[in-house]
Amino acid sequence: MLTLKNIPLSAWLGLIVTGLFVFAAVFAPLVAPFPNAEIVGDVWEPMSAAHWLGTDNLGRDLLSRMIFGARTTILIAALATALSFTLGSILGFTAAVIGGWFDQTMSRGVDLLMAIPTLIFALVVLSVLPGNIVTLILVMGILDSTRVYRLARAVAVDINVMDYVEAAKLRGEGRGWIIFREILPNALSPLVAELGLRFIFAVLFLSALSFLGLGVQPPEADWGGMVKENKEGIVFGIPAALIPAAAIAVLAISVNLVADWILNRTTDLKGGRGNG
Amino acid sequence: MDRLASQSTGASEKLLDIRNLKIEATVYPPGEAPRNIVIVDGVSVSLERGKVLGLIGESGAGKSTIGLSSMGYGRGGVRITGGEVILNGRDILKGGKGGLRALRGREVCYVAQSAAAAFNPAHRLMKQVVEASLKHGVSSRAEAEKRAVNLFRKLSLPDPENIGKRFPHQVSGGQLQRVMTAMALCSEPDLIVFDEPTTALDVTTQIDVLAAIKEAIRDTGVAALYITHDLAVVAQVADEIAVLRHGKLVEWGDTRQIITQPTQEYTSQLVSVHEIAHEEHAPGKAAALSVKNVTAAYGGGTIKVLKNVSVEIPAGQTLAVVGESGSGKSTLGRAITGLLPPLEGSITFGGRTLPGRLADRSKEDLRQLQMIYQMADVAMNPRQTVGTIIGRPLEFYFGLRGRERDKRVAELLDKIEMGKGFVDRYPAELSGGQKQRVCIARALAAKPSLIICDEVTSALDPLVAHGILQLLLELQKEEQVAYLFITHDLATVKAIADSIAVMYRGEIVRYGPKSKVLTPPFDAYTDLLLSSVPEMEVGWLEKAIAGRRMESAGN
Repeated sequence: MLTLKNIPLSAWLGLIVTGLFVFAAVFAPLVAPFPNAEIVGDVWEPMSAAHWLGTDNLGRDLLSRMIFGARTTILIAALATALSFTLGSILGFTAAVIGGWFDQTMSRGVDLLMAIPTLIFALVVLSVLPGNIVTLILVMGILDSTRVYRLARAVAVDINVMDYVEAAKLRGEGRGWIIFREILPNALSPLVAELGLRFIFAVLFLSALSFLGLGVQPPEADWGGMVKENKEGIVFGIPAALIPAAAIAVLAISVNLVADWILNRTTDLKGGRGNG
Repeated sequence: MDRLASQSTGASEKLLDIRNLKIEATVYPPGEAPRNIVIVDGVSVSLERGKVLGLIGESGAGKSTIGLSSMGYGRGGVRITGGEVILNGRDILKGGKGGLRALRGREVCYVAQSAAAAFNPAHRLMKQVVEASLKHGVSSRAEAEKRAVNLFRKLSLPDPENIGKRFPHQVSGGQLQRVMTAMALCSEPDLIVFDEPTTALDVTTQIDVLAAIKEAIRDTGVAALYITHDLAVVAQVADEIAVLRHGKLVEWGDTRQIITQPTQEYTSQLVSVHEIAHEEHAPGKAAALSVKNVTAAYGGGTIKVLKNVSVEIPAGQTLAVVGESGSGKSTLGRAITGLLPPLEGSITFGGRTLPGRLADRSKEDLRQLQMIYQMADVAMNPRQTVGTIIGRPLEFYFGLRGRERDKRVAELLDKIEMGKGFVDRYPAELSGGQKQRVCIARALAAKPSLIICDEVTSALDPLVAHGILQLLLELQKEEQVAYLFITHDLATVKAIADSIAVMYRGEIVRYGPKSKVLTPPFDAYTDLLLSSVPEMEVGWLEKAIAGRRMESAGN
């Protein structure tokens, strides 16, 4: 079925780069040459053999901070995405299957939530609540789940009127079976493609929050925060702020390449086994 | 016409000459390298000016593919890889893109199976009908519209002056099919390709459309390729018939010869009327299901689709409900299953009164009452294997698990005459007939006392449908299950029913044992239904039209 030869070049590129980032994130303490918060040199040292990417605004090793930053950024974004998908898709499917007042309440509630600009809403909530990683994940996950809810509901409404779902209802199946065994497998391909995109949005959102000072708090490293810490250097021609920014861009592109490939593979509407 | 006639120089009087046509496509089987398959292999047919050639065969025979090749078109990645298609004396496959563009909509026009899907819902009919004429500069808009109105009149559409101002959703399916024929005729082509133009219609509507098409062909002198799987239909309109199977030409000859003296084994199989031996049961046994004075409506009671309907199905017997689309026969099925709770009346099943709503019914009631759908491919979850599809009712109703369940699934597969090898297949990997068999097995798995069969054979080829009906009858003998058979096809009804209910606009107009219902004197509606079923006989159409006592509802 899935042979290595069938994977297109762009997907290979995406897979390798994403894999590299994930590897660095998981094994950060082993891979990083220096500890996360230790000052090891002068402020904004240029790239050298000892410090491959130079040092940051406090004299910490930039490469090590990048690696630890990948850990925080990817972990938070991944957990927030997982939360938004679980919440959004289950509620979306349920709304589509039950319909009526439940659907109306849920959908109008989501409309309400989406009417408020996400960033401003998150800023307000985060400035009130205690600033730790759990709150951050919850806020990001819940805000993002509105988008997933919309997609999941739209897909499920279409599937819900198919004869095989009617057949399951006539058999007397409960809602659990209908949602998880009849609808979910058929709604998976658009959701998986959306998963990649939403993960990237979560990375961008987290970076934006950190850049504004409400995301990950120092001395923990994360890419958005690192851009903020080093942004004054840009005027002096120091690239320390651009490196984490570039990392965000590269991760976004590589995850998208993988998501594109998955979408291509799974959009065989006939179902069953996908085409090569 | 003069311009075109002068093009085809005296050498041949043939309008269309397909020689040794070969059409291929690439398939991507799971787990294997992509490979080429041959869809049409070395087919040669030809057609004279003003004649009608019927292309007939079961699905997958390549008849549509051949029909479209006369416009140089390959549908969905299909490639014309060999042979010649000579139209008006030149090979259109060598004309390039510009040549095809000049040809399509001018010399050759196309009438699709589903007119509803082929019209753009956002434009008025007239705009779409005259489009090809204007594009090809055949005539001015005013002239084209005048011609279109004349065609509407010739095709006996209501209000021919103004029907062009309507949108596609504002006319009925049968009317839309006739508008599409007008669209094809409007640019005065030499050849029209009719791709199953009446297959999606009711028998009563089909006869009108057929008569209109036949008359229009005769009056305009256009030649036509008529593609269908129904030999009785093609016998009414075609001068010659070509029988196709597996992409090869089986037999090609004069219509009368094909019908009365087929030379090939396969053709005679198609031609011979398939009698199914079924002895009518006498009524009187205990009723499995009785429906009393049921009234049901959509839209919160505003649109009544069932009016005071009462029927009874004796245990182990078959009741057929017949009628045109819109007569409420499927709604009766929905009311019985509980999908549409009736407003009034009661449904008694196995001695108990069934609650109106599906949610209030017990698991035992649900088990006893199973359903088989018309479209088998959407009635099965595309992401479940045959094993899961058949196995789930066993798990759900009887709590069978593991090896016991697999054993029973194998037994059921054996019952529907499919082998064990199918357990791991997905629905997309089955043929149409096999899909319907799996649906039957799923219904049987629950050991029901009644199965509602909603148009179960109408999407299938005649020979496959015949097999399904025979299987259903055998299963009835073995399992003592009763059927409620919803259909518009009277041939099916004649074959398998014990009693018949004829429905018209939500009411039962005739009801009783089969022998009584099918014995004259008939009421006007039953007569219309019976006389609309095409018979395999040249000249049947004219006789049927002349003998009609009432108009069809036109749905």
